[in-house]
This record gives sequence, C-alpha cells and structure tokens, in this order.
Amino acid sequence: MKKQLMFAAVLAAFAGSAMAEEIVVYSARAEQLVKPLIEAYKKETGVDVKLVSDKEGPLMERMRAEGSNSPADILLTVDAGNLWQASKMGLLKPVSSKVLEANIPAHLRDPKNEWFGLSIRARTLFYNTQKVQPAQLSSYEDLADPKWKGKLCLRTSKKVYNQSLVAMLLSEHGPVKTEKIVRGWVDNLATDVFADDTKMLEAIAAGQCEVGLANTYYYGRLMNKNPNLPVGIFWANQKGKGTHVNISGAGVAKYAKNERGAVRFIEWLSSDKAQNLFADVDMEFPVNPKVKPDPKVAAWGAFKHNLINVSNAGARQAEAVMLMDRVGYK
Amino acid sequence: MLSSARRWRPVAALVSLVTVIPLSVILAALAVPDGAVWAHLQNHLLPELLRNTLWLVLGVGSGVLLVGVPLAWLTALYEFPGRRFFNWALMLPLAMPAYVMAFSQLGLFDFTGPLQSWLRAATGDSSWVPSLRSSGGVALVMTLAFYPYVYLLARNAFASMGRRALEVGQSFGLSRVKGFWHVALPMARPWIIGGVTLALMETLADFGTVAIFNYDTFTSAIYKAWFSLFSLPAAKQLASLLVLMVFVLVWLEQRARGRRAYTQTGRAAPLPRLRLTGWQRWAATLWAGLVLLLAFVLPFGQLVWWAWQLVAEEFNADLLGYALRSVALSLMAAVAVAVVALALAYAQRRDPHPATRLLAKLATLGYAVPGTVLAVGVFVPVAWLDNLLLGWFGGALGPDVTAIFKGTLLVMLLAYVSRFLAVGHSAIDSAMGRITRSQEEAARNLGYAGWGLLRHVHLPLLKGSLLTAVLMVFVDVMKEMPITLMTRPFDWDTLAVRVFSFTTEGQWEHAALPAVAIVLAGLVPVILLSRQKDPL
Amino acid sequence: MTALLELDSVSQAYGATTVVEAMSFALQKGEIACLVGSSGCGKTTVLRCIAGFEPVNGGEIRLDGRVISRRDYLCPAHERAIGMVFQDYALFPHLTVADNVAFGLRALGRGERAARVTEMLGVVGLAGLASSYPHELSGGQQQRVALARALAPRPRLLLMDEPFSNLDVDLRERLSREVRDILKHENTTAILVTHDQNEAFAMADRVGVMQGGRLLQWDTPYRLYHQPATRYVADFIGQGVFLPGRVSGPHCISLEIGEFCGMLPLDFAVNDRVDVLLRPDDVQHDDASPMTAIVESKVFRGAEFHYTLTLPSGQRVLAQVPSHHNHAVGEAIGIRLELDHLIAFRHG
Repeated sequence: MKKQLMFAAVLAAFAGSAMAEEIVVYSARAEQLVKPLIEAYKKETGVDVKLVSDKEGPLMERMRAEGSNSPADILLTVDAGNLWQASKMGLLKPVSSKVLEANIPAHLRDPKNEWFGLSIRARTLFYNTQKVQPAQLSSYEDLADPKWKGKLCLRTSKKVYNQSLVAMLLSEHGPVKTEKIVRGWVDNLATDVFADDTKMLEAIAAGQCEVGLANTYYYGRLMNKNPNLPVGIFWANQKGKGTHVNISGAGVAKYAKNERGAVRFIEWLSSDKAQNLFADVDMEFPVNPKVKPDPKVAAWGAFKHNLINVSNAGARQAEAVMLMDRVGYK
Repeated sequence: MLSSARRWRPVAALVSLVTVIPLSVILAALAVPDGAVWAHLQNHLLPELLRNTLWLVLGVGSGVLLVGVPLAWLTALYEFPGRRFFNWALMLPLAMPAYVMAFSQLGLFDFTGPLQSWLRAATGDSSWVPSLRSSGGVALVMTLAFYPYVYLLARNAFASMGRRALEVGQSFGLSRVKGFWHVALPMARPWIIGGVTLALMETLADFGTVAIFNYDTFTSAIYKAWFSLFSLPAAKQLASLLVLMVFVLVWLEQRARGRRAYTQTGRAAPLPRLRLTGWQRWAATLWAGLVLLLAFVLPFGQLVWWAWQLVAEEFNADLLGYALRSVALSLMAAVAVAVVALALAYAQRRDPHPATRLLAKLATLGYAVPGTVLAVGVFVPVAWLDNLLLGWFGGALGPDVTAIFKGTLLVMLLAYVSRFLAVGHSAIDSAMGRITRSQEEAARNLGYAGWGLLRHVHLPLLKGSLLTAVLMVFVDVMKEMPITLMTRPFDWDTLAVRVFSFTTEGQWEHAALPAVAIVLAGLVPVILLSRQKDPL
Repeated sequence: MTALLELDSVSQAYGATTVVEAMSFALQKGEIACLVGSSGCGKTTVLRCIAGFEPVNGGEIRLDGRVISRRDYLCPAHERAIGMVFQDYALFPHLTVADNVAFGLRALGRGERAARVTEMLGVVGLAGLASSYPHELSGGQQQRVALARALAPRPRLLLMDEPFSNLDVDLRERLSREVRDILKHENTTAILVTHDQNEAFAMADRVGVMQGGRLLQWDTPYRLYHQPATRYVADFIGQGVFLPGRVSGPHCISLEIGEFCGMLPLDFAVNDRVDVLLRPDDVQHDDASPMTAIVESKVFRGAEFHYTLTLPSGQRVLAQVPSHHNHAVGEAIGIRLELDHLIAFRHG
C-alpha cells in the first residue's frame, strides 16, 4: 500500500493537477473561431476552458481510446454528421436542459439530446451575376438539368458538407431519385471538382463556371475581401422544403469530469450574449431564433430552412458517400 | 565476441518497439474485416486509386530523379555561374511543407490565379493552359517539393567520388556522358535510392497535397474509410497494405544489393571542379535557376504576398511564441531521433544478424504511414497504458487526474521518433557503413570496447552525419501536423498547428503567415545542411 | 622507328602557377618508363596530361605519331585507349572482381570477355577470387585487380599513378617485380609515377627525374645512377656524398685523399673548385691501404655493411663493405677509392 502511494505520488507529479474550475473542450472547429468565445467566457465566469484541437476523426478516436479517463468535457465540431457519429460511438451523454431546449429549435439538435447545434451554415446556390439571372435558378435538384451542362462547379464529395447535403436529399427523395440527381450534377460539371468552397466560388467569379454550391460563410468571407466579385447568392428550394442547413454544435462527453460546467458552457454558448460571438466571427447564422445575425449576413435575406432534423445527415452519410462514389462524384 | 554482439539485439528490439507498437495497432485491424466498406471500396474506388497511386509513385519517382540527380551532378562536379549559390539554394524547397507548396502553386497557376487571369485579360483565353489540377500537376508539384532529398544525397555521393569515377570510365574508353551512366550513377546507387525512397515514402503517406489537388490516392481511400464511412478498421487495413507494400519494396532493394558494398576501397585526393564552357555554363545556370524559381521562389513569393496583405491583422506576439515552441520542439525531436537512430545503426553494426536488420527495417517504416493514422497508432497504446495505471493507482491520485503519459513531451517525442526514424537512420546508417572494420579493430587493440568504442571512434567519425540527421529531422518536425495535434499538451500551439487551423477552413491566405514562419525557421538548418562537407 | 609516345616541350599551368615546364621525352613500344621526383614536382600532372584528364598549355603530346594534346586541342581521354591504374585503385565497390576486370571489355562478345577475364585473373594470380567483392580483398589483391582491370582491354599505353604507395614495403618490392614481369609478358608500354627510386629501378627501362615541373634527366637506371646529369639527380638517385676537390688536369681531380683520373675529359678548367660524387660502392675497404678513416656508424645489410666513415678532415663518406669485415665503431680502417666514372659538379 505504501509503495502504491509512493508510486501514485510520482505519477501525480507527472500528471500535474488542476486548481480553478476547468472545462476541457475537444474541438474540431477552427481554433481562431473558438478562442474568442473561450476568452469571453473566462472573463465572465472565471472558468478556465482548455482547448484540444484536431480533426474530427482523430478527436473521436482519442476519446474512445481514453475511455473513462478522457479529460474531455465537451466535444465541439462542425457538421451534424460528425456529432451523430460521436453519439453512435457512445462518446456523448444525454443532457436535459430547459435552457438549451428553449434556445435551440428542435430540428437543430439531437432527438436524444446528446448534442446541440450552436450555429447554422446554409449550403445553397451561388451564381455568376454576369452570366446567370436569379430567375433561372430554383433548386439543388434543378442543377442536374442538362441546361447547366458545362456550367456547374462543385466541391469534392470528400467534404462532409456535400455528404450531408446528399444525405438530406436521400431522406427526401430516396436512393433512386437522388442517384439520378447527383449523376446529373456530375454530368454538368464544367471542370474537375474543387478542394474547397472558396476556390470554387472564385472559379464562378472568374467565369470558369456559372453556378455552384457552397456554404454561406465562405461567400461572406470572399465578398468581405473583394466586394466587387460578380457572384450572387440564391436561396435554394424555397418553393420546396427549404434550403439545406447544417450546424456546428457540441455535446457533453460521456465521461465528462465537469459535467455541470460543461452544460453551463453550452447553455452560455446558446444564449443571446454568446450567439452573435459564436456565429458572427465566422459569418454563420445563430441557432437561437431570438438572436439577429450579423448585418452583413442578414443582408442576404431571410430564407426558409429545411426543417428535417439535421441528425439525418449522420444517419445516411455513409449511404450518401457510397452513392457519390458510384456515380463518379469525386 | 559473439556474446557481446548479441547484447545489441535487445537494444535494436527496444528501439524498434517505438515504431512496431503503433504499427501493430494499425496492423491488428487486419484481423477485423469490415466487409461492407471493403466491398464498396473494391467496387468503386480501389482500381482507380491504385492506378492513381501507381502513376504518382512513378511520376514523382522519375520526377525527383530527373530533377535531383542532374542538379546534384552539376553542382558536385562542375563550375558554372552561380554554382556556389545554387549549391545550397536548391535545398530550400525542403523547408516548405508539401501541402503549403501545393496551395501556393495552385494559387499561382490555377484558372483563378494571376497567370491565367492575366492571360485572359490580355488574350481573352486561358483554356489552352494545361490544368495544374491534374495527375501531371500533382506529380510535378510533389516532385518540386521532394527532389531535395535526392539532390542532397546524390550530391554528396557525387562529390566524394564523381570526378574520379569519370576518369576511370575515360581510361576504359567511356566518354563523360557514358561514364556518368556506367560508372558514376551505379556507384551512387544506394544514396540515390535512399533519396528516392524518402521521397516516395512521403508521397505514399501524403494526404494534404493530394487533398488540395483533389487527386485520389491510396491515402484518400484511408481517409474516406475513416472520416466519411466511419470505419477506422477499414482505414487501418488500407494503411496496413500500404506499410506492407513499402516493406516489400525496401526489402527487395536490400536483396538486390546483396553482398555489394558501396564504400570506397581507397581514398583519392579531391580533384578540382570541371569548368563548363560556352553555352553549357549558361544552360546549367538556367536549368538550376528554373528549378529554384518553380520550386521555391514563386511559391514562397506567393506566400509572402498573402502574408504581407494580412500581416497587420494576423501578426502579433503569439506568432513569436508559436515559432519558438516549434523550434524548441523540432530541436528536441531531432536530437531524440538522432540518438535513437544512432543506437539502431550501432546495434546493426555490432550484431549484423538478419534479425537485427529486420528490426531496423521495421523501425523505419513509420515514415510510410499517413501521419494521422500513425498518430492514432501512437495514441491508442499510450491511452491504454494510462488507463491501466489509473485503474491501479487512480484512487490515490484523485478523480481529476485523467492522464499520466498522455499529453506529455515524452510521448510526443516518442511519436516523432516513430515517424521520422527513417530520415535520421538513413543519414547515420550509410555513414556507419563507411567506418572500416580495421578502424574498429585498431581501437579495440588500443583497449576500447562497448561505449568507449562508440564514444571515441564512431561518434567523432559520425559527427557530420549526426548533424545531417538532426537538421533533416528538424525541418521535417517543423512541418509535421497530425502527430503534433494528437499528442501535444493542452494549448500547445505550434506554427504547423496554426497552419492547420486555417487550412481546415480553406483560409489559405491566413495560413500564409505561419507558413512563411515555418519556411524561415527551416532556412537555417537547410543552409547548414548544404554546408555539410560530407554528410552522408 | 617512331616512338609510341612523344612529349614535345609540354607545359601545363593552373592559372598563374606553372606545374610542368617544357617537358620532352619519348617512349618506345614495350618500354616501361618511370617518372620520379619528390611530391609536388609535377609528375602526376604529366601523367594526367598524357591520360587526357588535363589540357596542356604548350607543346604537344603524340601517341603513335598522332597529336593527342596540344594547346587548344585535347583528344578526349576516352578516345585515347590509354589505360590507367589509380593510386587509390578506384575499383568499383559494387562489382565483383570479375566484373571489375570485365569493365573495359564491352566491345568483346560474352565468351571472349569471360576468357579474357579468366586469363587476366590468372596472370595476376587471383583466379580463385573472381566472384569476391573488392572490400573482401587485401590491399595487395586490390592492387592486382586494378592492374588486371587496366590491362584487360590491351591499352596502347598503361599509366600507373603511385600504384604501390598504399602497400607495405615488403609487398611493394615483390609486387613491383611481379608487375614488371606481367607488363613484359603482355608487351605493354607503361609509364609509372613514383617517389620511390627502388621501385623505379626495379620496374623501369627508362627513368625520368623531375624537379619543380622540369625533367632533369631521362635515362636508363644505370646511367642515372652512374652519370647523373645534375647535382639534384645525383643527390636524389641512390646514396652518396660530395667531396670537395680541385681540377688538376684534363681528366683528373685532386681530393684530400689523393688525385683521381677518369676516362672521359672533364668539362672544367684546371684549378676549378668542384664537388666529386662518391657512391658507397666507390669506397672500398682495403686493410693494406695507407689511407684510413674512422668508423662513425654502421648498418648491417646481410651480405654487406654500410659504413659511415669520417676522413681526417672531418668529411664523411659512405662505404659498402662485404659483411665479413666487421669493424667496431671508432676503429680506423683502410679505404681505397675505385672511381670508374668521375662525376663532378661545380663547387657550390
């Protein structure tokens, strides 16, 4: 026993120990977007938030390997698909919080309350304003129409945003029709798919193609830098079920050491105070309906969300990926 | 004598564990097949991915040879305008991470880049410009990023025997051109192959560059299986295949070499450089200049330009902190790798049994595994050990303690060792081969043995190559991302981590400033490296 | 009969430094020549000029009557059919002994090539080591491989740059005799460069002595030894001392130990002060001689003693004496000079 204690003391010296209240966040959201929130929270509450950044895959693998000794209190990531996967791997625990239920619309959180959306990113249509009239545009499905042959730009199917979009189409149309739509997209491509949204938007601006799909905040960033680019935004599927939205969000880790602190932090993130900070820094939309988006973002106009629960993106993601592989969408 | 030699095998075994454990974590997945994912990959992806990977390996392999070997030959043997400058400047691309080079090159030469935009503005059409986002483009950019490995190793081999090799050839009626092919090239083979091997291992393990070009290779399938299809086992199985392929290649080359030795049997006095005359001198300058322009000046210029535009917004005292941490970390890792590589090479030397050689080969395979996969391979056993220890002693430590070795510098350094041992080992091992048996025997006669022998005979003779190993690993760790992300202590930001956090969001321009800092920090070792007289 | 190799007033310089100056000599087919001189005298450069590795700045080099080097012209080294044995052997470490020897035999068919390799390995006595690698051989064996490799293609001329300098003395002497036999057996014309005159005497038909880039004398070993053209050659080749004297007649010189007359007229005026070369074999031991010298030191050489003797004037001379004449240091012994060739240089 004595020996054991001594050994434990040595290990403790190795491990170090914490004093103030502390929350550990495993984050796959870009660090520069998370740091301002952490600082604001610390200022307000004195709570020390520690950040571990990595890609989603490695982060989840890390939590799994650490098991009950994981220091993580919160997993913060983009895309509902990733959160759904974390939940499926048993890395998260359900939270019952009146605050979160009040602040976050039902379609933007997990039906089992294991994770919660904190900002909205819409994936919609963009077009070259010199070559395309808004009236010619309508929906995601329409981009498969041969009239866009040689005029469409897409980002790679390896990006989860496109996987989620196709997953949503799958849950709306079923596999046969969705495959036809995606095949139509591939047939209409003007050039090889791009590695990121920004490059794709620039290609639209440069006239390499006329229309494409991107997340709104990439558009916001690009226009911020260069307001004269001939690229316009169009809210897709307004006559149908609405524009595809996805979230960045967070869940409480299953073996959270500071569960109460973790919940309080997520609640704070969904509050009026933090929502603008969370969303505006990346030109996203707040999830909290009471909070107005950044004026620049608001200027794109209001739009109808597709209200299907974002968890569908995760459930059908693998199916979507395989579908895209089948039709040769790289 | 035999017993003292055998004592070194456990050392080799221990050292190789650093790599063998993470590799076994990866290889263990072979036991758990993921049928659905495999069927899908096989039906829709693998044929193309294998084709692409093969093409890339051939393209980059021949590319680095075609660029690296002639440049090495020129700078080692000939005098031409600017030779002294090119001698070290041609190493510079080594300081730039390949994926940074990739996004910078795309920024310059893609449809929306300045060149094609200018062409459209001037002539109204740029569609005839071949797209850089193509198989040829990827191979070209990777060639530009990785040729310095071949250049460095080949140049040193040529410098030590090049002109003499030509003269021997001439005395048998071979012209200089033929002498190059029939004498100099075969004699430099192990060094050239060593350089190509490093370049190809990086190519096979690369994910960042091919992702930027959206060029699907074997690693793309690994990441697809993991991140998109959520099957880490399938990802590990694919990675295992990759490791096995590399292992077979390395083993085949070793076998083909057989009993041959490549150390010179005698030493000749160094001969003065040959002077190029007439158009040839300027052609040499032009060729070296063109490579340097494409591989470094243009992409680095683009980075600096981006960084400059955002410098007011992005530059702050933190950047200095990241840079210092990057440098300190890289230095520690480089020294750790050099020490381990030395132990391994020495063990091989003292105990030339095939088992030791096999262990050494295994220990250096970490370089061929995609970084993120290896990072998991490192993390899983460490977390397991932590959980085990916490299970035994956790009560005494209190509930707040969740880690013992996780997130410590020790684990981080071990992880770097498992990744970069190949780089350090190739430098030190080939130099070890140049120490003759008689030098060792002479020292033994004078009463040196064991550590004394290592300290008084090998270390002084290996000083140069140890420095080379340290410098090369330093530059590599500066650029490394996935292992740093997975194993770093809380809030330990480095330059590469900064680059990562911007590039995940596609904000290349913002990533430019830390990327420039990486290149600048890498310049010092690269320049030192090129000053090394006889490093490998 | 024209010579196989002729050097006609060849000069070579690196920048402003003249390395070889107005060098001329000729070599007949089948002859073995040797360039000797202390290090830095330019002998290796001459060899490299003949091989075609270095250009010449003046004069010309002819092989078989054809100019191969002159100012502004350099027949490429690989077109000269001149073989070379390098000081460091420059064996190919990655090729077997047989493949090394076969390296210069590309023009031959497979069968002929194998036959020639076997023949050459037999000639140099390495028949059993065909499939070894160079690092598995001893220094002497490596040297033989280098020789076999160079001789295999039957070069018109073979150049050897200090071929034995990496070997120990014993091996050096044995190998130099062997190599001469091999070269004669193959009827090869060869030039070797060395700083060791024993090697030169053992191997060469002609020896050239170089100093400061100049060829001082080009001659047979016998004449170099007995009729050195300059004081430097006399000093460099063989042992000996200079004894001061005065010309006393057309053929005669008077020394402190008497007057000596040679067969040939001297090139000096009577009464000129000169130094006379005394080789150890010029000084004979003779108990009957009235002239005595004191033994200062002695070296036993088996068949003979080398005595260093002091004359009454304090001048030293060397004497080679059959070994049954064993005298103690300090003893006075009788000596007699046998001067067939009277070699004298102006006193200086």
